[in-house]
Amino acid sequence: MEALSVKNVTKRYTNHVALDNVSITIPQKSIYGLLGPNGAGKTTLIRIINQIINRDAGDITLFGEPLNESHVGVIGYLPEERGLYKKLKIGDQLLYLAQLKGMSRAQALEKSKAWLKKFQVTDWWDKKVEDLSKGMAQKVQFISTVMHEPKLIILDEPFSGFDPVNAKLITEEILALRDRGSTIIFSTHRMETVEDLCDDIALINKSKKILEGSKKQVKDQFRSNTFLVEHHGNSFSLDPSRYEIVKQRLIEGDLYGTTLKAQAGIKPNQVIRELIEKTEVSSFQEKLPSMADIFIGLVQGEDEDALRRHLQEV
Amino acid sequence: MNKILLIIQREFLNRVQKKSFLLTTILVPLIFPAIMGIMIYIVVKQSEVTNVKTVQVLDDSHKFTFKDSKDFKFKVVTGSLDAAKVAYDSSEDFGLVYIPPFEISDPKGFTLLSHENPTVEQMGSLEGYFEDQVRNMKLQQYKVDQATLDALKTDIDIRQVTKDAATGEEKSSSSGLIYGVGFVLGILIYMFVLIYGIQIMQGVIDEKTSKVVEVIVSSVKPFQLMLGKIIGIASVGLLQFIIWIVLSFGVTSSVLAYFGLKTPQKQMMEQVSKQVDQPDQNSVESKAAQNEGLQKMVFNWSQLPLAKIAAVFVFFFLGGYLLYGSLFAAVGSAVDSIQDAQQFQFPITLPLLIGYMSLFIIVLRDPNSSASFWLSIIPLTSPVAMVGRIASGVPNWELALSMGLLIIGFLFTTWVAGRIYRVGILMTGTKVNYKVLAKWFMTKQ
Repeated sequence: MEALSVKNVTKRYTNHVALDNVSITIPQKSIYGLLGPNGAGKTTLIRIINQIINRDAGDITLFGEPLNESHVGVIGYLPEERGLYKKLKIGDQLLYLAQLKGMSRAQALEKSKAWLKKFQVTDWWDKKVEDLSKGMAQKVQFISTVMHEPKLIILDEPFSGFDPVNAKLITEEILALRDRGSTIIFSTHRMETVEDLCDDIALINKSKKILEGSKKQVKDQFRSNTFLVEHHGNSFSLDPSRYEIVKQRLIEGDLYGTTLKAQAGIKPNQVIRELIEKTEVSSFQEKLPSMADIFIGLVQGEDEDALRRHLQEV
Repeated sequence: MNKILLIIQREFLNRVQKKSFLLTTILVPLIFPAIMGIMIYIVVKQSEVTNVKTVQVLDDSHKFTFKDSKDFKFKVVTGSLDAAKVAYDSSEDFGLVYIPPFEISDPKGFTLLSHENPTVEQMGSLEGYFEDQVRNMKLQQYKVDQATLDALKTDIDIRQVTKDAATGEEKSSSSGLIYGVGFVLGILIYMFVLIYGIQIMQGVIDEKTSKVVEVIVSSVKPFQLMLGKIIGIASVGLLQFIIWIVLSFGVTSSVLAYFGLKTPQKQMMEQVSKQVDQPDQNSVESKAAQNEGLQKMVFNWSQLPLAKIAAVFVFFFLGGYLLYGSLFAAVGSAVDSIQDAQQFQFPITLPLLIGYMSLFIIVLRDPNSSASFWLSIIPLTSPVAMVGRIASGVPNWELALSMGLLIIGFLFTTWVAGRIYRVGILMTGTKVNYKVLAKWFMTKQ
């Protein structure tokens, strides 16, 4: 059973279509990256999942059940445009938000104290948000998002505003939550986050989903059997019917870098074997496309083949 | 439902726990009695240390015998006017009055010479003194004695009675009292709606600008949030209002008691007990005469349908607040700052202002005119206009119609506002005009 299944969801506004027949499937206990440029429709989709706005068409099921009002307490949502009540004490703030998510006061009290203790900030209880720094407020916001132990956590650009130390802390917490059984959706532009954390991704562009799958699947899809070799001496020849030398450049002294593309079916080991006979190999790696390259290429409107060609040349 | 209660509780506590709430709640009822106290204090002090001025009098008519009045002490001088002037110059006295020989029928030529300009009151008091003296001379001339004069004093007081055409019941009434009741209640509703309506708007804008709203609406429906806020703030208002009434009453009575004055109720009670205790008929009668006005007021109070007025007041108080409150919430949701709110605030406050103005121009002057009728029926003006009329007796069918329309009115404004609100709170940085508001209203969600 999937954590979340969105089928053919469409949302129209007077002047434009915000989501056009979008379907995504999010496996349980995974970290799912929802990618796309600004205005693609990510926030609309997230708001629909949070039942802040309604869809015009399509079905959504959450842990096997059609999405309904009782799911409010199952989801934890950290919006991109986030904030807290400036004049309210941290303690009251956490209690209020947790109770709105359906926790009892006693539960909320216990959990909020535990989280503040975990972040070693128990003395914040009586402080007001306006007295905290932006990073501190972000921590409180994160606590308020996860303290009711939601099975589905939706984080929209969670790391904006965090310094590296706190970003690491939050990353660890997110991974811990996933390990305890939560499913996490990341909506982000930060490709390093996607590379590091996401198991699966979907790419939404101009209201349509244009790509979905596990990170490995996606990378394999755009893999072109291209290799980067660093070697000494610039002259070696390979069978031109099986290899194509895409690019060669001098790195330093007699160290050269060569990008070569092997024909489909040729395994990396075989390439290495052949290279060793021809030249002094200093390093060897398969050139896998980065998520950033795939993202930018697809968003700029390249079709898959064009993108694959393009990716070899980068 | 449970979540609305949570929101109401939060909104209530947010405001009640603030220092400013404590401050305004305690200070406002102190301000009126304090002003009153200060004024009474000044009056009392002034009368204690009245500046009695010494006035020299040169009486060439030889008609007066001078007794000191409460403002002036008279010092009779003799001799020629010129000599008196010279003598006055070297004295520190307030003035020199010269009275030439005159006919009683035509007193003329009185002159006051003074170093400094006398005030209007001083001149009035001095003129009054001489007028009294001359009048007494005239009375003696016509052989009228003081007793006859007293007997001539007349004071007619028309007792107002209204007869209910339907029941035939006659009631003593007082147009002054009716005016006063309508005046106070109307102003209270106007102030309450405006002050707390703006608080709703401010609260919505705060939630929107602090961006907390998106988190909240992922837990509750925007409509629940709006309603919770409106009701939460209403309960703050009611609490504050009750505290004000209790404090005002307490402080006013103690201020009055301090200066030896008594609230009407106390005076009545003492009056009764004195009549029982004291055999001295004369003094009782004179006091009773003094207190007749008060007694009548208290009596008229008791003739007003107080319970009905209170119930109607509370209804229109809350109804008017709910009607306007949701509109203020909608305005708050549409804008990003309190400055931007101005353009939308005006059309909301306008009908409220019309109700307020017409309270003085139309409703209180003639509570039974057809203009007053319509003002108290139409939901936008009815909260202020109806309580302005209520003390004068409003037929039950009119009251029922007005109440019914007010309920429909606030359900309607809440519905309209809710539709704008749910879209508005998630829109930041949009330039909003009425066309955009209409679009939001039409948006399906």
